[in-house]
Amino acid sequence: MFGYYLDLALRSFKRNRVLTALMVLALGLGIGASITTLTVLKLLSGDPLPQKSARIFAPEIDPLPTGNVKPADLWSRWGNLMTYTDAMNLLHARRAERQAVMALASIKIAPQTPGQRAFFSDGVITTSDFFGMFDAGFQYGSGWSVQDDENRARVVVIAGFLNDKLFGGKNSVGQNIRIGDHDYRIVGVLKPWAPQPRFYSVSLGGRGYGNGDAVFLPLQSAVADQVNPQNVNCFDAGADMNHLETAPCAWVSLWVELADASDAGAYKTFLSNYAAQQVALGRVHHSEVALPDLMGYLGQVQVVPDDARLQTSLAFGFLLICIVNTVGLLLAKCLRRSREIGVRRALGATRAAVFAQFMVESGMVGIAGGVLGLIFAELGLWAIRHQPAQYASLAHMDVSMFIVTFMLALVASLVAGLLPAWRACVVAPAPQLKSV
Amino acid sequence: MDIQPILSALRKHKIPAALIVLEIALACAVLCNAVFMIGQRVGEIHLSNAIDEGGISDIGVQGINPDTAKADMAAYLAALHSVPGVTAAAQLNSLPLGNNSWNTTVSSSQADVADKDSPNAAEYLLTKDGPAALGLHLLQGRLFNDDEYADSKLSDSYLPTGHVVLVTKSLAERLWPDQNALGKQMWVGKNNHYMVVGVVADVLRPDASRGGLAHFHWSAFFPVSPALGIQEFVVRSAPRDRARILREGIQKLEALSPMVVVQGQTFTEIRNKYFANARSMVWMLVLVCVVMLAVTAFGIVGLTSFWVGQRRRQIGIRRAVGATRAHIMQYFQTENFLLSSAGVAVGMILAFGINLYLMQHYQTTRLPWYYLPVSAIALWVLGQLAALGPALRAANVPPVVATRDG
Repeated sequence: MFGYYLDLALRSFKRNRVLTALMVLALGLGIGASITTLTVLKLLSGDPLPQKSARIFAPEIDPLPTGNVKPADLWSRWGNLMTYTDAMNLLHARRAERQAVMALASIKIAPQTPGQRAFFSDGVITTSDFFGMFDAGFQYGSGWSVQDDENRARVVVIAGFLNDKLFGGKNSVGQNIRIGDHDYRIVGVLKPWAPQPRFYSVSLGGRGYGNGDAVFLPLQSAVADQVNPQNVNCFDAGADMNHLETAPCAWVSLWVELADASDAGAYKTFLSNYAAQQVALGRVHHSEVALPDLMGYLGQVQVVPDDARLQTSLAFGFLLICIVNTVGLLLAKCLRRSREIGVRRALGATRAAVFAQFMVESGMVGIAGGVLGLIFAELGLWAIRHQPAQYASLAHMDVSMFIVTFMLALVASLVAGLLPAWRACVVAPAPQLKSV
Repeated sequence: MDIQPILSALRKHKIPAALIVLEIALACAVLCNAVFMIGQRVGEIHLSNAIDEGGISDIGVQGINPDTAKADMAAYLAALHSVPGVTAAAQLNSLPLGNNSWNTTVSSSQADVADKDSPNAAEYLLTKDGPAALGLHLLQGRLFNDDEYADSKLSDSYLPTGHVVLVTKSLAERLWPDQNALGKQMWVGKNNHYMVVGVVADVLRPDASRGGLAHFHWSAFFPVSPALGIQEFVVRSAPRDRARILREGIQKLEALSPMVVVQGQTFTEIRNKYFANARSMVWMLVLVCVVMLAVTAFGIVGLTSFWVGQRRRQIGIRRAVGATRAHIMQYFQTENFLLSSAGVAVGMILAFGINLYLMQHYQTTRLPWYYLPVSAIALWVLGQLAALGPALRAANVPPVVATRDG
């Protein structure tokens, strides 16, 4: 029977080429727009560390000495930004499986060969656990040790792409590169590493998406060598910006990895106790703390740009209009065929059979719309890759979105077909036959 | 024209009629909000910025050796002055719409310093000739004199040690509403105050709308003598000379210090980069609106054609008993008008609902009322145009159809 319905549907399409083309085009446009924006949204709201994000937490305290701002408001703006003093106190307590303090900085790298010019690279100044905690794998060598941190050793980890640029991709561990006005010894070269979103960079004044960082320096060594962090928020206009370690400024963030997500309660208690102690000392005003996990944190700081979410809503609004449009056109088509339906019914087709026939027809419109939608979505993603947004280069369709496209097209067309098919199957055969 | 027969005909075609109304309502709701978003972004792009945007080029110098900074920076400025066509050159800490921003809480009295309602303003620190290099537009008072530049150093807290400031008109109105700002003290923290010597026309801040910072026109200008941290070299020239001046300027600076990193761009480039996302969003919204209206129009054409086809006999009878072609045309146009009106009415309510939702979840303001009649008219026109074709076809139905069977 299904084959027969397919045949009938094809005949009907041939009879109303323009109308059919219009339906497929409208549905294709709606599907294309929805899938394009949905692909981008899915990419933007992805999990940067899927294998362990539930065990990664962002401890948040309110470092302000006065009580004007509600802690929750501050955290949505600053995330886990805190003062150097608080971050180092919490780091040195070592109450989590792994913990690292970090800030972003633009790092000046002097040329290896004379005649070339110096250049600035995106850098992270951090502590030793960073690489293990964030699953940054090494191509050569390894990270530095806790002793290196405390001894302010001039060691550095570089990204693979910087190693390619400076050393032609060869194992450069043990070599020196000149950073600022000092020589740093390379201890490790990373494999390609660029989690998306760049969760650790959001509160530190960095971009939310895009390329990975190039240089990783021990925080305390960088501070000693006067490397300037990218985002400094001081809450006293008299803060000494040349001694940020002790200044009343928030400019570093702390991340911790717990052995199990269920340890969060214990860590939060520790954090609360610390904040209460600091309030007692008169350093901070609020004793509230928060400990969101990685995905919770990304929601809190609203890493997904508003525009991307607005575009998705808009695209689905547009798809809805396209579906209503398809309902109207399908209905017009099927009411025009009342006589044909009357004849089929009179010859013994049941209502269910007529219903099925029209649903098959809608489904075919849907599949055609899906194919067209896929083309439009690829076009849309191509256009997005040429946009100025940070995430532009990441916009590609994956297998799951490919399947979603056809599911969406089929569901949309079947929903659109319900009403016309129902109208078709309740057509009373007798009056239609009379007028033939 | 009597609309009674149209209404009773529509009552017989409830479902197709309801579909047209629904489609127009959805289109109206989406159109209102999309056009509103376009308007907001275009408004952002066209915010006033009273500097000589067409004549400014910026050369940023990074990685200056602290030991020789003073002499180096003097040499850079002299080198830039020597490029033919440069009319003014100065050092700044940051540029309007640039990606380097210094911000601070300012207040009109020492007591208000810690008040959370005190405005957050952008700090622009500029060296001698800074106002001329930017092309600031003085509204009131005076610019800085040479001593004020020379006596003001950059402190360890990155604040100028001088005691004078220029504020934008918006900041002056925010700090001293309904008063003359000249001669007033502006406080930065509990220990630093600056006397307002002049008010300039509004200049945008570096991060005009990013990061939830309040007002894009709250900026203050301080005089400062050259120091590390004040590393944007701004040169002003005729617009057509900018590309050449950038090229020659960068060459000279690179020749002076092989170890620094020099990057140059015209202000036009800074502006384009800053608003690139807003602009692409605008084009995306425009595209969606156009395609959406086209889909809606084709939907109306399709359903109306179907109607015309279905009623050929009735049309023929009306024609046979004396209706003119114009009457038939009028019938379909009026019918479309009624459906559009119903759609627009529902659409307006929907548009407001969507706007309320967006206001809760995004940084959006209330939809101004005039968007509603404007998009209503747009959809009426669209509906009339879409119905025109089918209506013409209906008018061409010959009276003889009435005599035929079926």
